Parts: sequence; structure tokens; C-alpha cells
Amino acid sequence: MNVLEVDQLEVTFFHGKEGNKVVKDVSFAMKEGEIVGIVGESGSGKTQTSLAIMQLLNETAAITGGTIRFCGNEISSYTEKKMQEIRGKEIGMIFQEPMTALNPVHRIGQQIEESLKLHTNLSKLERKKRAMEVMKLVELPNPEIIYHQYPHQLSGGMRQRIMIASALIMEPKLLIADEPTTALDVTIQAQILALLKKINQEKKLSILFISHDLGVIHKLCHRVVVMKSGKKMEEGDVEEVFHFPKEDYTKELLQAIPTRRMSFRKRRKEGMQ
Amino acid sequence: MKYGLKKLVALIITVFVVSFLSFLAFSVISGDAAQSKLGTEATKEQVEALREEMGLDEPVFTRYGTWICNILKGDFGISYRYNIPVKDMIKDRIPIMIALVGMSFLFVVTISIPVGIFCASYKSSWLDQGICIVNQIMMAVPSFFIGMILTFIFGLILRWFTPGAYVAISRDPIGFFLYLIPPSIAMAIPKTAMAIKILRSAILSQMDMDYVRTAYSRGNTKYQVLYHHVLRNALMPTITFGAMVLIDLVANSVIMEQVFSIPGLGNLLITSISSRDYPVVQFIIIFIATFVIITNFLVDFLYGKIDPRVRVKK
Amino acid sequence: MRQKQKNQLVIGMGIALFLFLLFLLSIFYTPFDPDMMNAKEKLVAPSFQHIFGTDQFGRDICSRVLKGLGTTFIIALSTVSIGAIVGVVLGAVTGYFGGWMDEICMRINDVIIAFPNILLVLIFISVLGVGQNNMILALSIVFIPSFSRMTRSEFLTHRDMDYVKSARLMGVSHFRILFVHILPNTVPTILSMLAIGFNNAILAEAGMSYLGLGVQPPTPSLGRMLAESQIYLATAPWIAIFPGMAIVLLALSFSMISEGLSKGGRS
Repeated sequence: MNVLEVDQLEVTFFHGKEGNKVVKDVSFAMKEGEIVGIVGESGSGKTQTSLAIMQLLNETAAITGGTIRFCGNEISSYTEKKMQEIRGKEIGMIFQEPMTALNPVHRIGQQIEESLKLHTNLSKLERKKRAMEVMKLVELPNPEIIYHQYPHQLSGGMRQRIMIASALIMEPKLLIADEPTTALDVTIQAQILALLKKINQEKKLSILFISHDLGVIHKLCHRVVVMKSGKKMEEGDVEEVFHFPKEDYTKELLQAIPTRRMSFRKRRKEGMQ
Repeated sequence: MKYGLKKLVALIITVFVVSFLSFLAFSVISGDAAQSKLGTEATKEQVEALREEMGLDEPVFTRYGTWICNILKGDFGISYRYNIPVKDMIKDRIPIMIALVGMSFLFVVTISIPVGIFCASYKSSWLDQGICIVNQIMMAVPSFFIGMILTFIFGLILRWFTPGAYVAISRDPIGFFLYLIPPSIAMAIPKTAMAIKILRSAILSQMDMDYVRTAYSRGNTKYQVLYHHVLRNALMPTITFGAMVLIDLVANSVIMEQVFSIPGLGNLLITSISSRDYPVVQFIIIFIATFVIITNFLVDFLYGKIDPRVRVKK
Repeated sequence: MRQKQKNQLVIGMGIALFLFLLFLLSIFYTPFDPDMMNAKEKLVAPSFQHIFGTDQFGRDICSRVLKGLGTTFIIALSTVSIGAIVGVVLGAVTGYFGGWMDEICMRINDVIIAFPNILLVLIFISVLGVGQNNMILALSIVFIPSFSRMTRSEFLTHRDMDYVKSARLMGVSHFRILFVHILPNTVPTILSMLAIGFNNAILAEAGMSYLGLGVQPPTPSLGRMLAESQIYLATAPWIAIFPGMAIVLLALSFSMISEGLSKGGRS
């Protein structure tokens, strides 16, 4: 069964009476346990697509067409109240800037546990126990200490792990990751990707992974959707798209990935000059 | 704790610097104290004798030393005009000022916080827009004019209180506080308007932060986001402003005491300035200055309590 | 949002301009001599002859409000311009050059800004003595720190910008960089500071004159008129209402202008 089906989605930004369509007729589906990547340059509508699924679009934007089905239910027509039941419980989400996506004045433990507090009646002790488990799952060192710390005391990579932990604590069926590695160093980036892959395999978690970096998508995802200016350009198995792109735009994106060989050649060229 | 200690030392130094500057200003710039005490008709010999007696011939630093030591011992000098210790003149007046400022501050806080939160959560509703317009006008009205309008409406037309009929706390505590209600409201109105504006914009700017979206993504309702996440972050700029309001209220009470003929500290300050009674002026100014400095110190302290980032950085 | 800000600016400017024209008019013409006492027409209610009524000496309030408006305008203008010129130059120099002078100026600024305007003016007046000129001096000094602080932070950010660096590389003198290259870029901030300054000066002047420490008796002043009207509040409220309204309108117009000029204000 498909976890997520996006069908002819259309998102519009409103400036006064004028409307500006940022997502046009986008359709794709995700199977259970699958990692699907959405790739595209900034302004391609990939983030708006992910926010539309959660109904977290800006006040000035709205879904103006199409449907989104989650586990067979049409969540795009859900009221705000019904969506609150879905968010954090059925679908978790992590964001690009782990620096600012955590509340600076709340302790880490409080932030990881928040979904539990909102969606269950567990006692304080049970919540903490569950938080410790999920902190171990995301491989945070010294969870007992970190539990009582504040976001500013931790590094970017640790913060992103905390974001992942807080998104996974309710064991959602789907995790939406909006450029979670963009703001991180390359080494940390690799660690986070490996972590996501591990959790995907262990927990059969479906992940919708949004990135502008085809290289990252290639490392992590099973399938990929390529987007440009609000439209879907191409969709397919990641290896297939990566090695035999059909669209010119995808080829351009592929050329933008610096491969080791290319950079070596480049270096030599520069050295000769 | 080290942070607190460092701040405390800075605080004490500031108090001394400010007291020294004010001492310097009054004893050097304002002319000869002996002359002004005796008046223009005194002979040269009389002035000389008094100068000797008051120790005015000593160097400034020595005089400051004696003066500050006396203050620390609780001796605030003697009024030129009434020839009685300053201490006796101010001791009944300080509680009046504290009561007036305290009540006014209470009004500002209890009204501006709920209204500010309301305006932010119903941004651009007609009520929010209406409040914004009223705010803008209220900020332009001098508090003493509001005091006069309140006197006119509630004192003269509705007769809820008798203008000018101040009651001492020792005689009738309830009457005393009732009499202070209109002046404290008059002082509170422009400050409340400003506080609402600041709180509203602080909340709205926090609403745009990334962590708010995270909070929504975990399933928080709008109200949970506002009360559990945004409010504590929005409090930061508001606390600084709160301290500013408290200090401004102290300054405003000087004017408001004139409007409602309340015999408080401000009233004494104005009459002493007009009659050039320097020991009294000097003491009141140092008293208020110390209050200002301590308030700012407490704000720094509170900051650390609310924002964990400050605690670690320093 | 933008539109609303623009409206505020236009309305504020409109009111300020109207009051300014009234002030210009009052130099050449007032309905009556503002100082002329008339024992027969004491405390007359507003009528066709005296549109704002008369005070306890039978003086025409309309004429006195017009003159008082002028007094306030002149005091506000002189204090704000002295405060702004000294403050901007000080802020520009300290922000651009930095160093120990900057450090000292900042410390002094911090202390002065911590104290409320009214209190500082009271301190200065108690040292300098009561009177209009001393009040202007005191208010000007009090306004310097807010101007210099703002200008300093603006210059501090501009100092490290590429256009300043390249100007320095080309050998442009410091003086020229400060006042020809950087200053024009800080004009929006300074303008909005000026409007706030006017608003503060108007309210502070009214307060001081109300206390009898500012403008002295023969000169008509709005604050002083309010103070004198207080005992007649029960019988002749118009003595208080019109000068009070004049202060409110004047302060409101400048606060609206400052609101309209402030960048990124989300009112």
C-alpha cells in the first residue's frame, strides 16, 4: 500500500488579489519503507510541496488544487484540528536549519518529548524513558547529560540528531526531511545520511527527502522526483535517473555534481597554469 | 555566580561614579553653597565663617569623601531652607512615591500583557487595528494632561474622588490608595500603549521563527505554540522595556504629584529645585539614580534566568 | 502593511504641516493680542468672538495657543537640531574610528540613556537654574546620546562595507568618507530618529513648562497654560482642553511620521 499519494498538487502564493503558482500539477507516490527524494534548485517548489503535505504553508499560500492521500486518507481536505492529530504522530518532519528549528529557551529533553506530551497520556517518567530510547536510536552520546542541556550548547550535527529524535519519538509512518543536511559540514552530512538509512532499514520508516543535491539523493534514496519551477520534470528509480537521465534539466543537475575525478582534473589544470 | 559578582561590582562602581558626578555638579557648578544658604544680604565675613564651618574650603575629593561617608552612615545633610535633616524630610515621602509608581506599574503590566497577546494572536482583525490606532494616539498624550482629563471627568463630573483632597496613609490607608488610583492610571496609560505595541511586535516577529514551524510540525495548536513556545522568547525584549517603563514612571511621578497635589518625593524635588535647596535635591537625585541603576542590574539578572544563552556566554 | 505605513506618514506630515502653517500665521496675525488682559471678559466660554474662550485674565486662548505652538516649535527645533548635529558627528566619528574614545563615549551614553529624559533635564535645570534657555540646553544634551548611539552603529556596519574599503584604497580622505560616502546612506535612520526626537522634545518641553521650570511667564507656553488652567478646571475646562489638544496633535503628528519612516515596521 502506498504511504503517500500526491495527485496533481497545486500550491499558490497570494499577493493581494494576484496568485502565483509555485507548485503546478505535481503527482507522485511513496510505498511503505521507501525513501523518495525530491530534487530541484531553490524556487523549484520542492519545499512548498513538503509543507503542503503537512498543511504548514505560509499564511499567504494555499493548496489550490489536487489531493494528498496519506495511508489512503485524503489529508489535504482535513481541518486544522484533524491535521494536528497527524502532525508529529503519523508524520514527522525535520528542517534545514537545526540551529533555529529548535526553541532556544527549552531544554533538549522537553523538545524531544513534546510530541509524546501532545499525543499521549504517558507520565513524565515514561516520557523520559522513551526519549532516552529514541536518543540512543539517533546515536546521541551521553543522552542523560544532553537531556538537560539547551540547543545552543550543542553542535549542528547533534542538533539535527535531536530534530530527528523528536520527529521519530511517536514512531510515525512517514518522515519528511526538508534539506536536513544542507547546513551541515560534509562529514556530519554523511553521518546523518547513514543514520537516516539505518533508521529506514530498522524501522521500515518511509522518508520523503528533499534536497537540491543530487549526490546526496543518490546516496540515500530509492526513487527520485526531479522538480523545476514548480513542475515535475522526471521521476524514477534513483540509479536509473542518475545514470540514464531522460530530461535535459536532469543532465544539467548531474553535471553540477562535482565528482572526484573531475575535481582532480580541474586541480591539475589549475596547477599547470 | 561569577557573572553575578562581576555585575555587582560594576553596579557599585556605577553608583559611586554617579554620586561623585552629581556631587561635583552641585558643589562646583551651582555656585557657593554658603552664599546661597545665607542669601544675598549676608556680609562677606558671615559667608567666610560659614564656609569654614561647612568645610567648603577643603578640596573637592575630601569633601566628597566626607559627604559619601555621612550618607553611608545615614546622615544625608541638612536642608538649607528648613534647617532640618534631609532624612526627616524624605522619610515620609519615599513610601508615597513607591506606592504611586508601584500601582501604576501594576496597571501597565496587568493590562498590556493580555492585550498585547490578544492583538498579536488576532493580528489585523478590526479590534487589533482599532487598538493600534488608540495606542498611537495615547502615546502622544502627555501623562499630566491625561491626569487633568481624569480629574475633570471622574473628579469633577462623576465625583468619584475629590481632586486635591490627598489623604495620608497614616490617617486612612484605604483612602490613601483610592486617592492614588487616578494618578497611577494617568501615568499608566501612555506606557501601557507603548508596552502593548512592543509586546505585539515581539510576538509577531517570534512567530516567523523556524522553531515555530517545528512546534506546529509536532502537532501543537496555535495556542500551544503561542503560550508554550513563543511567549517566553518574546518576553526578552519586553523585560528590558518593562524596566524602562518602571524608571520612566519614577520620573513621571514627579510631574503627576504636581497634578494631583500629592506630597511625595517628586513634589519635594520640584520645590527644592525652585528654592535651590541643594542638599535635598542632591539626595533625591542620588536616591532615584541608585534606583535606576539597581533596576537595570536586576534586568540583567532576569535575562540570565529567562534566556539560557546569556547564562553560559558570560 | 507598506500602504498603512505610507498613510501614517502622509497623515502625520499633513497635521505637522498644518500646525506649522498656523505657527507661521501666528507670527504676523493672531485674533487678539495674546498678552492683552481684559477684566470684563474673564473665563468666557468659547464663542464666535473667542473661538477657544478666554482665561482667568480675559486673554484670548486661541491667540495664546497659536503663540504657544510657536514657542514649542522653536524649542523642539533648536533642541533636536543641536542634539542631532552633535550626536550624529559624535556617533559618526566614534563609530568609524573606534578606539578608546569610542569606548568612553559608549559608556557615558549607556549611563545617560539609562536615565529618563525628564529626570536628566531636571538635574541639569537644578544645576543651571530655571529658564527657557537652560531648558533648551538641557534637552539638547539629553538628546545627544540617542542620536550618537544610532549613528555609531550605522557607521560601524558601513565602515567594513566594500564601497568604503575601495574608497579608502583610492585615497579618499577620512572626512570625505565619513560625510560624503557614508552619511547619505544613514539618512533614513537619522530621519526617523529626528521624528522621534521631535515627539520627545515636545512632550518634555510641555512637562517642564507645566512644572514651571521651563518657559517663563510672559512667553505663552502650552505646558504652562495647562498648569495655570488647573484651578479653573471645574468652571472653565476650555482653558485646559485647547492647549492640551494642541500638544497632543503636535506630538501625534511627529510620532506618526516616525512610524511611517521606520524601516520594516510591522504595525
